[in-house]
Amino acid sequence: MNKPLPDPVPATTKDAQVRWEAEYAAQIGADPPVHNRSGIPIKPLYTPLDVDATRFDADVGYPGQPPYTRGIYATMHRGRTWTQRQLIGLGTPAAYNARLRDILGQGASAVSLIPCNSVFRGYDMDEVDAELLGTCGVVANSAGHMATCLEGVDLATTSCAMNDPSPFTLLAFMLATAKRRGVDWRAITGTSNQSDCISHYVANHMFFRLALPGARRILVDHIRWCNAHVPRWNPLSVVGQHMQQAGATPAEALGFTLASAVQYADDCVAAGMSPDDFLPRFTFFFDISISFFEEIAKFRAGRRIWQKLVRERYAARDPRSWRFKFHAQTSGVDLTRQQPLNNIARVTAQAIAGIFGGLQSLHTDAYDEALSCPTQFGARIAVATQNILREEAHLTDVIDPLGGSYYVESLTDAMEERVLAVLADVEREGGMYKAVESGFVQRRIGESARRFQERIDGGEQTVVGVNAYRVDEAPDARPSLPKPDEAEMRAHLASFAAWKASRSSDTVARALSDLARSAQGDGGNVFGAVVAAAEAGCTHGEICGTLRREVGFGHPLIVV
Amino acid sequence: MSPPPKVLITKIGLDGHDRGSRIVAAHLRDSGMEVVYTPPWQEIPTVVKLALEEDVDVIGISSLATDHLIVPKLMRALREAGLGDVAVIVGGIVPDDDEKALLDAGVARVFHPGAALDEISAFVREATARVRAARFPA
Repeated sequence: MNKPLPDPVPATTKDAQVRWEAEYAAQIGADPPVHNRSGIPIKPLYTPLDVDATRFDADVGYPGQPPYTRGIYATMHRGRTWTQRQLIGLGTPAAYNARLRDILGQGASAVSLIPCNSVFRGYDMDEVDAELLGTCGVVANSAGHMATCLEGVDLATTSCAMNDPSPFTLLAFMLATAKRRGVDWRAITGTSNQSDCISHYVANHMFFRLALPGARRILVDHIRWCNAHVPRWNPLSVVGQHMQQAGATPAEALGFTLASAVQYADDCVAAGMSPDDFLPRFTFFFDISISFFEEIAKFRAGRRIWQKLVRERYAARDPRSWRFKFHAQTSGVDLTRQQPLNNIARVTAQAIAGIFGGLQSLHTDAYDEALSCPTQFGARIAVATQNILREEAHLTDVIDPLGGSYYVESLTDAMEERVLAVLADVEREGGMYKAVESGFVQRRIGESARRFQERIDGGEQTVVGVNAYRVDEAPDARPSLPKPDEAEMRAHLASFAAWKASRSSDTVARALSDLARSAQGDGGNVFGAVVAAAEAGCTHGEICGTLRREVGFGHPLIVV
Repeated sequence: MSPPPKVLITKIGLDGHDRGSRIVAAHLRDSGMEVVYTPPWQEIPTVVKLALEEDVDVIGISSLATDHLIVPKLMRALREAGLGDVAVIVGGIVPDDDEKALLDAGVARVFHPGAALDEISAFVREATARVRAARFPA
């Protein structure tokens, strides 16, 4: 939509525009309307008339200053580039550790750990089908396993992101490991990824399904406990990535994510916490689709909305509370099984959008992710892609290089408007928990997913190699992928059984009964009890099993 | 006219990514089929029981994160329950080598990312016709 014309508009601008409009109309031929994934109409040209120059300071400003449209720090990537964080998870703890050291040697600057799906679901390795162990992540069920995973990693200096849904046992195992190594918990940095239980209810569902009221209480306890004991740890990462991967448009994903963040902040305030104590440790995690400019505008709009929201709604005074810090991952859904090497080009375009969008941390997908869990070969290319963009293409030389672009500024405004509308919808539903319990959010996302699939099936949205530009592929185009070593996994299972039998059953029983009492609401912090249980030698499955009994099993409403 | 195909769309194993199963279920429903849909994480005996009680023609298993590795167990359980004639299709991320193993185990077809919804519904109709022809020979 056009902003009011700056007054006076130079006559030459108007004349030139009129001439261009006439020539465009004469030459373009069929010109069907173009919309981005969020449904925003896209014009063929943006000009000074699309932006209001008098609003520059208020809407765009400078990096490191509200409204943070151009970035949350004054120096942004020119000062410190993003953290290169590759998700890895593989087989046994020893296999994971070997891959981790390889990736750190290739330029990755932080640890990320993805556990086996059995861990996500709250089970120990001896409680699930053995065929599935370690096929998608590392089988880590105890503090001892975590120590092996992180062998050779300095926990005082390396940021660690744990894919660790409630009740956050992986962090507890890491803290137990740190204590044994004499590392001060106050030095530890990193993030509890997957701590956003709402996002798991709505999409993705890779979590231990604690009943929502219990999960809600444990999350607030986790935030409070981490703020006090591991003050540099980010206990909450609010996730838009799950919803966008499940089909939400970029504007919907950002809107629902901000609505979740509001819900969690409201809960922390209701629990008596002060906004400036917990907000500086709120972080976000987003998807970067291949809708290039839309993603850049999404991130710019997100920063602007968040700072306004926390200042107005929570009267946050500490600038650290205002900063919209986020990790982003290139979109796996955009990748294709057909001609898989094409995915390297897709990931590159997505990564550039994320970098121009001002991210703090980036995971680039391996090209083979559409085939299975990434190979070492694929993971190396993904890391190299980031190195090339940073050091060969010089994307970090200039802060917010697209700032001031008529298109990008206008699109940022339009995205902001759409996102605020989503936030208002959720507010009308009574907040994010209510909107999820009623299925409102799931229905919206399901509809968007379906609309997008229909656009692909109808050929309206090209996917190279899938609905256009298909080629006959050689049978070796898709390499077969390694599975975890069966003998290693059997040995891992056997040593787990032997270790469990060797523990003091009294110590374990006492820690679990303390955990049960805190979950019943004896006033103790539930996450504090989880950490104590991890230190006492309890396993992941024992901790989750105890909480499952005490707070109940969750049944997310899944709407078709 | 014979009644429309009856299809069970489900996920077994540990993974919860359900975008694919939801889209396919909604598409089959909207193209006139009777769809029984379950959330993820079903146990194999539960799937067998549902297939028996609901008398389905086709079972669609969605697998995005290696859960297809236990589909051969499901095939055995179906045969043991006398449901060897139900057509089982698998959709999602299935490496080529594993696809062969699934077909050897009796899976009727594996759909990969990029499969069109119409292709899936057409196959379900054909499979239903075959299943019914075998069950009720003319």
